[in-house]
Amino acid sequence: MTPALAVTDLRKSYGRTEALRGVALEVAPGELFGLLGPNGAGKSTLVKIACGLVRPTTGSAMIAGAPAGSLAAQRALGYLAELFRFPEWQSADEVLALHQRLAESGGGTAERGELLELVGLAEARDRPVGQMSKGMQQRLGIAQAMIGSPKLLLLDEPTSALDPAGRRTVRRLLEELRSRGVAVLLNSHLLSEVELVCDRVAIIARGEVVSAGTPAELSKPGGVEVETAAGTRVFADAGREDAPRIVRELVAAGEEVYGVRVLRSSLEDTYLEAVGTDAR
Amino acid sequence: MNAARTIARLGLQEAVRRRVFLIVALLTIAYLVLYGLGTWQAFKSTEGASQQFRGIEADVVAGATLLGLNMFGTLFLGTILAVFLTLGAVRGDAERGLLQPLLVRPVPRRTLLAARYVSSALVCGAYVIVVFLIATVTTWALGGWWPDRIVEPALGLAAAVAILCALSLAGSVFLASTANGIAIFMVFGAGLVAGLLGQIGEALSSDTLSDVATTASWVLPFEALYQSALGALTADTVGFTRLAIDLGPFGGAEDFGPLLWPYAIAYLAVVGFLAQRAFARRDL
Repeated sequence: MTPALAVTDLRKSYGRTEALRGVALEVAPGELFGLLGPNGAGKSTLVKIACGLVRPTTGSAMIAGAPAGSLAAQRALGYLAELFRFPEWQSADEVLALHQRLAESGGGTAERGELLELVGLAEARDRPVGQMSKGMQQRLGIAQAMIGSPKLLLLDEPTSALDPAGRRTVRRLLEELRSRGVAVLLNSHLLSEVELVCDRVAIIARGEVVSAGTPAELSKPGGVEVETAAGTRVFADAGREDAPRIVRELVAAGEEVYGVRVLRSSLEDTYLEAVGTDAR
Repeated sequence: MNAARTIARLGLQEAVRRRVFLIVALLTIAYLVLYGLGTWQAFKSTEGASQQFRGIEADVVAGATLLGLNMFGTLFLGTILAVFLTLGAVRGDAERGLLQPLLVRPVPRRTLLAARYVSSALVCGAYVIVVFLIATVTTWALGGWWPDRIVEPALGLAAAVAILCALSLAGSVFLASTANGIAIFMVFGAGLVAGLLGQIGEALSSDTLSDVATTASWVLPFEALYQSALGALTADTVGFTRLAIDLGPFGGAEDFGPLLWPYAIAYLAVVGFLAQRAFARRDL
């Protein structure tokens, strides 16, 4: 099956500064892929190359089999920029109608109504953008990105301006998109969010992918914690498979065991370890 | 085509919603009222002057000078409109985050640029034609003078602002809004200075000054078009009246010949090509 996004040996230089240094990754159809990394790591550059706003120095980015920036690629994607603005005088409905025309979407009023409903803006359909809160504008931006049922959604910090309720709405939305088979590349600083919704994650630092895998794979074993009458003991080198043996040995040694917990490092620990000093 | 129409309409809607056209309309009315008042007074004071200066038709001199002044004012107003409709079309809109959502749609960048150009050039072209025609009718109604040519000056003005639109739009690919606005007004000023140099060169019979002015007018053909348009107002006027007009502030306009229009079209094509090439390669 053609990947929704395939990036091969992607490099981008701005003068002497190398923003991307040979990035390679793939996002499968229907996959929720998280992109993590500190400021200046090259995440936004990668997303901008994928949606044709920035030209790579070398390497390639393909959207549903079409070169990034081509009309076929643009037809297959939806994009929410980190910094974006809609004309303040346009209503939510007018913004979506404009993008329907540009995206050649025949969805009409029904599509606009459904998208506004999905992002919780059904009541604000006729409200001018200038009278919307930042969070509402962000949700409108997500609805705009979904115009024309794209195969790939590129979301650059989609929850940065949202309150907890708004973030939950977006999480549900992302899960809904996954169920519809839409691939999503989610660029976010919010590790907990990425951990909650993403199928796979790539950590980028200094223009390179320094770690990638499922959130579970990236969360390394952190030992086994056993609560006994004598107190809590941690077996740092042990894994989940060692837990029954440890309990057996402790009981055989006359200890009373009240609880056992397999410890894993969080995605945050892995992230901080992977990006090193860049995270500060 | 549909996308081009949508982008063009968006640009015009933006100008309408931001009350650009309302302000322009109000200021233009004020300008035309002032022009009418000046014309009325000028013709009143030239009554009987033809008998005083034998061989000079005073109403022709007054009419040509006043309408020449109006052409300068109209070109200036049209330039302001052209610059403000286009100065932030690329870099300015990209810096404000307005452009990116549009560019990721299946719309070629050249379509976006062409749509913005056509809409602004049509609006500015129509604007200068309408203002010129109103001023011409006002001049005729108050002083009974009608220019020797009407279509050529109107089209010349429209073409001049169309070139300024193209320069401003091309500038917006490279420069931030403020820098682009300043640059285009300075280019406009340079063109006008070139025209004045030409007049001075003519009066002093200085070939060097005339050559500098002519070269500058070909480099900035909006000035050449303006001068040709100005000259067309009194194309058939001869004798002492001609001499009197040439000595005035809007006389002595150079005729750039039949190659001017093909050259202006080629100039527009080159500016458009360079702008779209630069835009296609620009990281946003």
